[in-house]
Amino acid sequence: MSGFNKVVTSYEEAMRGLEDGMTIIAGGFGLCGIPEGLINQIKTMGTKQLTVVSNNCGVDGFGLGLLLEDKQIKKMVSSYVGENALFEQQLLNGELDVELTPQGTLAEKMRAGGAGIPAFYTATGYGTPVGEGKEVKTFNGRPYILEESITGDFAIVKAWKVDTYGNCVYRHTAQNFNPMAATAGKITVVEAEEIVEAGQLAPSEIHTPGIYVNRVIKGSFEKRIERRVTAKEA
Amino acid sequence: MALSREQIAMRVAQEFKDGDYVNLGIGIPTLAASYVPDDISVMLQSENGLLGMGAYPTDDAVDADMINAGKETVTAITGASIFNSAESFAMIRGGHVDFTVLGAFEVDVNGNIASWMIPGKLIKGMGGAMDLVAGAKNIIVTMTHTDKHGNSKLLDACTLPLTGVNCITRIITDLAVLEVKDGAFVLRECAPGVTPEEVKEKTKGALIVPDDVTEMQV
Repeated sequence: MSGFNKVVTSYEEAMRGLEDGMTIIAGGFGLCGIPEGLINQIKTMGTKQLTVVSNNCGVDGFGLGLLLEDKQIKKMVSSYVGENALFEQQLLNGELDVELTPQGTLAEKMRAGGAGIPAFYTATGYGTPVGEGKEVKTFNGRPYILEESITGDFAIVKAWKVDTYGNCVYRHTAQNFNPMAATAGKITVVEAEEIVEAGQLAPSEIHTPGIYVNRVIKGSFEKRIERRVTAKEA
Repeated sequence: MALSREQIAMRVAQEFKDGDYVNLGIGIPTLAASYVPDDISVMLQSENGLLGMGAYPTDDAVDADMINAGKETVTAITGASIFNSAESFAMIRGGHVDFTVLGAFEVDVNGNIASWMIPGKLIKGMGGAMDLVAGAKNIIVTMTHTDKHGNSKLLDACTLPLTGVNCITRIITDLAVLEVKDGAFVLRECAPGVTPEEVKEKTKGALIVPDDVTEMQV
C-alpha cells in the first residue's frame, strides 16, 4: 500500500527534477490559491529559462512575481498580467515573452492537456488577434478556431486538504485553476494546508483524484489578499 | 442630459428577469447589481468560479479564499456554488449564462466589440472577456457614447483590436439605448432631455431612428 503514499517532507524533494528550460503549470487566480512554498522553492533553486503557464503572474515580491526578480521566467502564458511593475519592465525590455490567452481558453488548454486531447475548437478569440494564424472551422454556421492544449513538465498546485494518496479538496474560490493544473503536469506537486490519512476525505467530495498527483507536501501559507474590500467601504 | 454611471447601471438592471444568471464586468456593469429590483432575484456569476456572488464581506468575514474575478474579497449568497475555472467557462461558453454586461472602447454596426487593448499602451490581457462575448446568450455593452475628446465610440467599423465579432446586440450609453441589427445601430430609447438628433450627431456608425423611440426610465 505504501506505493500510493505521495507525501514528501522537504521542498527540495517536492521540486526535485526541475531543470532550466522546463514548463511549469501553476494553479491559482491572482494570489488566491497559489502554492506559495513551491514557488519559493523554485526561487531558491534559481532555475532559469522557465515557461510558466498561470492565469496571472503574482504581484511584485509575492507569488510568481518572486520568480521575476532573478529573471527565472522566459515566457508566461496568462490571461491577465496587469498587477506587476517588474513584469511590465521585463516585457518592455524584451527580457520576457508573454502569450496572452483568454481565461476560458487557458483553463480548457490545461483541462484538455491533462485529458489527452491535443487540441479543441472554440469560438473564443475568433476574428481577434488571438485567432490570427490559427485554423478556422465552421460548425453549424459558426466559425471556431483550433486551440492546442498544454501540458507541463511540472504542475504546482495548492489544495486545502490532501490525503496521503494525493486526493485533493480545495477551499472556496481557491479552487480556480488548481484542478486543471493538477491533471496537466508530468510531475504534479500538491502543497496543502493539511495532510490527512487516506480514508479521511469522503470519496465523493474529492475534487482531484490522487491518480494525477505525484508528490504531496504540507505547506504554511501567508494567503495574502490582493484587494481587500469590505461592506463598510463599498 | 447625459446619464451618470449610476443611472446607466440603473437602466442595465431593468433588463434582468427573475431567475437570470448574470455576469457583470468591472466598472458600470458591477454597479448594476445594486439596482436589481427587489421583486426579482438574479444570480451573479464570477468567472473565477463562483455562481451566486454576494456582497462584500464585513471586516470579520473577510476570507482570502473567497474572491471575485476582480480579485476583491466577496461573500456567497444562499444557493451559491463554487467550482473550478474550466467548469466556470463551460457555463459561459456553453451559453448557460443569460446576460453578460461589459464595458467597451468601441462597438460597431456589425456587433463587433473592442475592449481589451489599445496599441502603443501596455497590454495587460483580456482575462475572460473574449470567452464571455463569444458565449453569453445576451450581451449588453455599457459605455459613454463618446470618448473624452468627444469622438463617437459607436462606429461603422472598430479601429482597435477586437474582443469578439458579431456578438453585441444591445448597447446602453449615457445618452441612449441602442440595438445592433442588420448592419446598423437602431435607436430604442433616449436619456431624459436627450434628442434623437443629438444621438445621431454623436453616433458615427449608421443609425436608424424609428418613430417609436421612447425615453429611458431612470
